[in-house]
Amino acid sequence: MGATNHHTLSALVENRPGVLSRVAGLFTRRGFNIDSLAVGPTERADRSVITIRVDCTRHSVEQVVKQLYKLVDVIDVYEVAPDAAIERELLLIKVQVDAERRSEVMKLAELFDARVADVGQTTLLLECVEHPDRLASFEELLTPYGILEAIRTGRVAMLRASAPEGESTSRLRVLG
Amino acid sequence: MSTQTDSALAKARARTGRMNGAEAIIRSLEAEGVDICWGIPGGAILPLYDAFMACDHTVQHVLVRHEQGAGHMAQGYARATGKVGVCIATSGPGATNLVTPIADAFLDSTPLVAITGQVPTHLIGTDAFQEADITGIVMPIVKHSFLVQTVEDIPKAMKAAFHIALSGRPGPVLVDVPKDLQLTEFDFAWPDEIDLPGYDTDWISGVDRDAIDAAADLIARARKPVLYVGGGVINAEATDELILLAEALQAPVTTTLLAKGAFPDSHPLSVQMPGMHGSKYANWTMHRSDLLITIGARFDDRVTGKLDAFAPSAKIIHFDIDPAEISKNRHADVSLIGHLNETLPALRDAVLANRNDERIRHQIDWLNDVQGWRREHPFRYRRGGDTLKPEYVMEAFDKALRGKDAIWVTGVGQHQMWAAQYLTIDRPRRWITSGGLGTMGFGVPAAIGAQQACPDAYVVNIDGDGCFQMTMQELATARCYDVPAIHAVINNGWLGMVRQWQELFHGERYSETDLFGTIPDYVMLAESYGCLALRAETEAEADAVIAEAIAARRPTVIDFRVDREEKVYPMVPAGSASHEMLDETWENEWVEEGV
Repeated sequence: MGATNHHTLSALVENRPGVLSRVAGLFTRRGFNIDSLAVGPTERADRSVITIRVDCTRHSVEQVVKQLYKLVDVIDVYEVAPDAAIERELLLIKVQVDAERRSEVMKLAELFDARVADVGQTTLLLECVEHPDRLASFEELLTPYGILEAIRTGRVAMLRASAPEGESTSRLRVLG
Repeated sequence: MSTQTDSALAKARARTGRMNGAEAIIRSLEAEGVDICWGIPGGAILPLYDAFMACDHTVQHVLVRHEQGAGHMAQGYARATGKVGVCIATSGPGATNLVTPIADAFLDSTPLVAITGQVPTHLIGTDAFQEADITGIVMPIVKHSFLVQTVEDIPKAMKAAFHIALSGRPGPVLVDVPKDLQLTEFDFAWPDEIDLPGYDTDWISGVDRDAIDAAADLIARARKPVLYVGGGVINAEATDELILLAEALQAPVTTTLLAKGAFPDSHPLSVQMPGMHGSKYANWTMHRSDLLITIGARFDDRVTGKLDAFAPSAKIIHFDIDPAEISKNRHADVSLIGHLNETLPALRDAVLANRNDERIRHQIDWLNDVQGWRREHPFRYRRGGDTLKPEYVMEAFDKALRGKDAIWVTGVGQHQMWAAQYLTIDRPRRWITSGGLGTMGFGVPAAIGAQQACPDAYVVNIDGDGCFQMTMQELATARCYDVPAIHAVINNGWLGMVRQWQELFHGERYSETDLFGTIPDYVMLAESYGCLALRAETEAEADAVIAEAIAARRPTVIDFRVDREEKVYPMVPAGSASHEMLDETWENEWVEEGV
């Protein structure tokens, strides 16, 4: 059924108990591995957005979008094409630093627009909101200093103003 | 659309007033026009049962013996009428006993509302007595579920549940109501509207002209079209439209196990059931076809056999109500989402407008081929001499009830396949079987529910001895409510279909399939329930007991002691191409060349 690729889906859902289980359960049941999943509130209190990243074939992603639409709590689903969207993720990372290397690490942080969130005797806690690929580079560059802990939130995505109409997977588009 | 009638709605509105959550459930059932429901009381659902007795209402409750029975009875009712079936259970084990019927209703697209009691709100999550997270358990097998949070949400959840269960592609919906909310008083008002922003079915209405034109274009170029019809036609009540389309096309029509009755078996264009135990002519018709016009069917593996080898030269037109079925298993060249009673007439008009003499000439050759296969390779069996063949029982029942309003219900296994092969069913909702889930034990309760839905019909449950023993406790329900369905136990003393696979594919090692056909003694068992109990071991006895059972109009069990080794043929072995069918050897058999 073709090659697998990464796909980012953004699902607008009703903010109700159980909705995350329903969405996550659907992926499990249909045999998809979720790479990353982020859920959070939107501009409306009764709506949330679940952003899911999966590695699967084009045929599979079409199937899963259709299945998502069948969930009563799911209002809309978009497949977010990377070049049509802003994608961001938050990284919290705690790095081992002694006094003489602290400024070095802080310079690196500046380069990546990361903020110092906490300073300890021998540690530095950095926060960084960036494109997930850039976060990966940042982490890689920090590795030699000694990463004590690193947590990422999972990516969220939003279509750019310039995104062509057809890039979103509307309900009718999934029919064909 | 909801089932509510104006009068029921008016009545519900008249009931508006102060009441507790339990009574609100009953008022909601009335508002939805529910006349009957099935269930068993228990701790967490006690307030509802108290309200059944304490208040004046129009909903009959039927007490069953096991909650699974309640679920299948509600399914039998729903399948016989097209209305939503309703079943009720308490929390914990009561609710988990509904899991099988809910899964069955999900796979066979049956509208079902299951109402379960839940432990009081303050105990949820504490592993309280009889607590089970039933909304969590059923999550992958319901269309939707509600765990009601406040008493004011009860009417909203009930209205939404009925709407979701019946609209679009029908399915099961569960409403879980904590006990304290059933006891809480509030001002009941039946909501005017349903607030479900993520559930929109309006867009299904209407016909996409481009898709109709594309379909008509494929049809105009096809030489060997076949209509591949599934259970969606029955849910859409589109039998009349299907018959008109088939006659306009003059194309053969194959009906899946779920679609039996969606197109008349006795219609000259019918080639009956395809698939694992379908007719050779249905499978060969599909295999040789250059265009499958798929209507409310889903390319199930029991139909297609090996998917890659299924109808290899055919283009696919797919009409359905569920977008997720399009191109799920087989790529659709043209697809159309809609209500079949709108889309099928549109296709018919387009076909008639496109009449083309060359196509018709080719089509006559095609129909001649199909009729030839049908003539030469009918369903057939060897009469048993002294032993009673199960196929004979099917034919005898079919003959005995021809011309009467009969509803046929089955369990799952060999008897189900013989019934599908040998019964002639010409109307929708007169064949009720568990297809997708393949639930043994479906027959007895589903037959009771169907009979309660249609009291004047002759309901016959063609059951296996293995299946019958899974739900036979419901004979008590049948007797207590005088439900006269006939339960025909095709007793070969085996888990017969499993045994058949063991004989054919597992070196005749009959591992754990022998049921010893004389335990229990079905006649003594049925008598103990106060049923009419009959037995037949020969063809003559079979004829006699069938006549007696049909005349009796009371709950009846017949023990048909049939040939223990009879197998269901033809058969497509699992994983084989659908045109490669096993069969017994017959004299004058065609060589199946070129097929």
